[in-house]
Amino acid sequence: MDAHAHAAHGHGELEIPFNVHPRPDTGLYNAKLGIWLFLASEVMLFGALFSSLILLRTGVENWPHGWKLLNVPLATLNTFVLISSSVTVVLAWASLRLGDLRKGKIYLALTLLCALIFMVVKAFEYGSKFSHHIHPSTDNFYAIYFTMTGLHGLHVLGGMVVFAYFLGPGAKMWQTEPARFTNRIEVCGLYWHFVDLVWIFLFPTLYLL
Amino acid sequence: MSGHATPEEIRKETRIYLMVFAGLAVLTAVTVAVSYLHLSIGMAVLVALFIASIKGFLVAGYFMHLLSEKKLIYGVLMLTVFFFAVLLWGPWHHHYDTFGR
Amino acid sequence: MAPKRQLRVGTQWLYVDEAEKLLREAIRIQEEEEKKRHGGHPQSWIRRYVFSTDHKWIGLQYGFTALLFLLFGFSLMLLMRLQLAWPNKAFGILKVLGETAAPGGVMLPETYNQLGAMHGTIMVFLAIVPLAVGAFGNYVVPLQIGAPDMAFPKLNMASYWCYLPGGLLMLGSFFAPGGAANSGWTSYPPLSVIATQGQTWWLLGMVFLITSSLLGSVNFIVTIIQLRAKGMTFMRFPFFVWAQLVTSFLLLLAFPPLEAAAILQLMDRVAGTSFFMPSGLVVSGNVLANAGGGNPLLWQHLFWFLAHPEVYVLILPAMGIVAEVLANNTRKPLWGYRSMVGAAVFLGFMSFVVWAHHMFLTGMGTVISAFFQTTTMIISIPSVIILTAMFMSLWGGSIRFNTPMLFALAFLPMFGIGGLTGLPLGLAASDIHLHDTYYVIGHFHYVVAPGTIFALFAGIYYWFPKVTGRMLNEFWGKVHFWLSLIFINGVFAPMFYQGLAGISRRLYDGGAQYAHANPAFKSNVLMTVSAWCLLAAQVPFIVNFFWNVFMAVLGKRNAGPNPWQATTLDWAATTSPPLAHGNFDVMPVVYRGPYEYSLPGHEFDYLPQHVEVPEAPPPGGGMLPEAVAVARREA
Repeated sequence: MDAHAHAAHGHGELEIPFNVHPRPDTGLYNAKLGIWLFLASEVMLFGALFSSLILLRTGVENWPHGWKLLNVPLATLNTFVLISSSVTVVLAWASLRLGDLRKGKIYLALTLLCALIFMVVKAFEYGSKFSHHIHPSTDNFYAIYFTMTGLHGLHVLGGMVVFAYFLGPGAKMWQTEPARFTNRIEVCGLYWHFVDLVWIFLFPTLYLL
Repeated sequence: MSGHATPEEIRKETRIYLMVFAGLAVLTAVTVAVSYLHLSIGMAVLVALFIASIKGFLVAGYFMHLLSEKKLIYGVLMLTVFFFAVLLWGPWHHHYDTFGR
Repeated sequence: MAPKRQLRVGTQWLYVDEAEKLLREAIRIQEEEEKKRHGGHPQSWIRRYVFSTDHKWIGLQYGFTALLFLLFGFSLMLLMRLQLAWPNKAFGILKVLGETAAPGGVMLPETYNQLGAMHGTIMVFLAIVPLAVGAFGNYVVPLQIGAPDMAFPKLNMASYWCYLPGGLLMLGSFFAPGGAANSGWTSYPPLSVIATQGQTWWLLGMVFLITSSLLGSVNFIVTIIQLRAKGMTFMRFPFFVWAQLVTSFLLLLAFPPLEAAAILQLMDRVAGTSFFMPSGLVVSGNVLANAGGGNPLLWQHLFWFLAHPEVYVLILPAMGIVAEVLANNTRKPLWGYRSMVGAAVFLGFMSFVVWAHHMFLTGMGTVISAFFQTTTMIISIPSVIILTAMFMSLWGGSIRFNTPMLFALAFLPMFGIGGLTGLPLGLAASDIHLHDTYYVIGHFHYVVAPGTIFALFAGIYYWFPKVTGRMLNEFWGKVHFWLSLIFINGVFAPMFYQGLAGISRRLYDGGAQYAHANPAFKSNVLMTVSAWCLLAAQVPFIVNFFWNVFMAVLGKRNAGPNPWQATTLDWAATTSPPLAHGNFDVMPVVYRGPYEYSLPGHEFDYLPQHVEVPEAPPPGGGMLPEAVAVARREA
């Protein structure tokens, strides 16, 4: 008989094809396509906010300069931190591909550390604004500043939760399915690079113009 | 495993990642330095977006491997970029209208 | 010597005793796997039925929840219609709204606004889309493409469990101080920003619903592209699958701007920002203390950027269902399948560039109005292509007038009316007169109510035997259909007349105060009576539905796996495929397109997609086009 029955796995979990190995005609494994689709939706989310910024900015006579009101050196530091975290996460994936879990976990931990530094610096930035009685309600410049960096920050936080999971309980998958675990890190890395990408545009738009 | 690369190829890729990192760091310094020139708003926007686009290209192309990605992903992204452009253009199109002027 | 009998199994011819040995071996292996699989601990009740990861059960969860919301949203409208026909009269039933909302059984204008806003929100976001995409999409798509489940079963479960809390938040908003959201389902600022607390609940509910939608759309797209069976090329998809694929792209790319807008409106309401609040706004004689500098039109752009593609999300799955039912009950292939697919894709693409036709009266200017008017006219073309192809599919067909077919047939002229009445709205000049009148309400209800909802009914009657193993009662189905058709037209047809006469929408008394509305206002009584009769017409359906579900749960089946003699893969799966075990005992391989009905020379009038036909038909032998192709041949 040449018809194959896709029976369930020993763990009671249904086996979904192309979870680990790519489908020949598309060249992709499922999660890779899935994460890119999700990132496409995120482009539209942040795009809507950039669009709002443009409308609000072009709708008024006087829009303040970001470099006058915001802390450029601190945000520049944050930019370097985020770029570094992008390198560390892709090096983590490369290590896992080479079969080195220890190095992979070290790079993942470094990524998480960079993300933490980013959030601490951000907390400091926000805190200094609040202590000067500057809030989102102060004016639309600060409103869009807090909203966009805030939403971006939430995405950083989300990434941190996922990395922490893969450093902790999630790493168990390496013992049974190393290829699938490596794919998961690749997919998380793609999400993380996107977070970095958003900041690459957000930083000059808010702070340098 | 996405793509069966040999250890040698992976190490080569690692070298590229580090070069991209250096490039991103330099471009960040450049974009901040330019902002201190306090160019006119039109020029400032153009320069800032230009540099950001190069940085974005590096991250997307090398870190996210878009340069070697499959056609289907390109297709999805082209579609998204088009709608993104429409979303950016839409709300402030009132500049185009000349009625009443 | 008597010839030895041979059986065709899969792609091989085997002697009977060989076949029997293999069969016994297969049964033994299956039993072993079964033991290994469960290892003595079956899934807990919670894992199996509450937090299920099986697309079929999740589809049913969506279905039941959405149907309840549909009934609830319908009830809100029934209460509104009492006020519209007999403004400011006391009704005993209105006492259910409570003393604050309806003192002495008389509806307050504020209450009317709440009912209106929530009716729209619930119908669009909690009823129709979850039913069309969450229920039908989830249950049928993996079956129709020959997949074992969705690509990301846990994500599927998460998407239902974002939908339900979102829906409950929306319902809960009725109990907030000041009641539910009351600024229309469109939530335009500045009104929505200064509205009562219910609006904040609405916004939070929307965040949950949008999240659910995004997770679902990623799942659908990956499943359709990656998990289709061998031989299932894109142009062999049933049209229903194409419709769901395009719909998922719309949900994926159009919803995020509304999410962004919801965040901005939440900031305006909760953090005191002025994204949508212009400077110097005066409310109740006082100048608002916020920073100002905002733009109410920004909300409208972001909202309609989603909400226009959203209406295609409402119609495309319905067109998909109608296509399936039409092909099946005309016993011939769909006319113009390729054109329909191209039209659906083009429709999806164009839907992103027409949104500002909802904003012709905002003072945007003539250049932009001309642009959006043009794109809107262009988008009517693919709709017409799809509808024409469906009409043409009837020509020369051997039509079976069963209940699903009646609903599918009615869809055609009803959607036609809905679509045609959209044209004067899409043209900026005529829209000046018709915008925000009952004409608009008539237009979109024709498309969604006797349009989409009828298609969804067709789908329920059609797929019910696959899910339960029972056919819904035909007689009561026909009663349900005819009464619904008559009364639904009674509700919505007069609206065009009212709109042309100039009655605005969202008036709590239906236009009673306006002299110009007078003659048209009288139609409100007919419409209200029709609406309540429409409710009565649903009773046969509800009884039919629950009775047969009850019988099915008791195990009393009366339908086989393919009672409609259909060709698509969903009918190749067993009746009520088991949960968490994959859908097919043997993964199907696809050999042909989805609508091979009345194939010349073939003995039966349908040839399923997954049945392999041997090159030379055996002498004197027949073919049973059931789950596994078996033919007898004498060697």
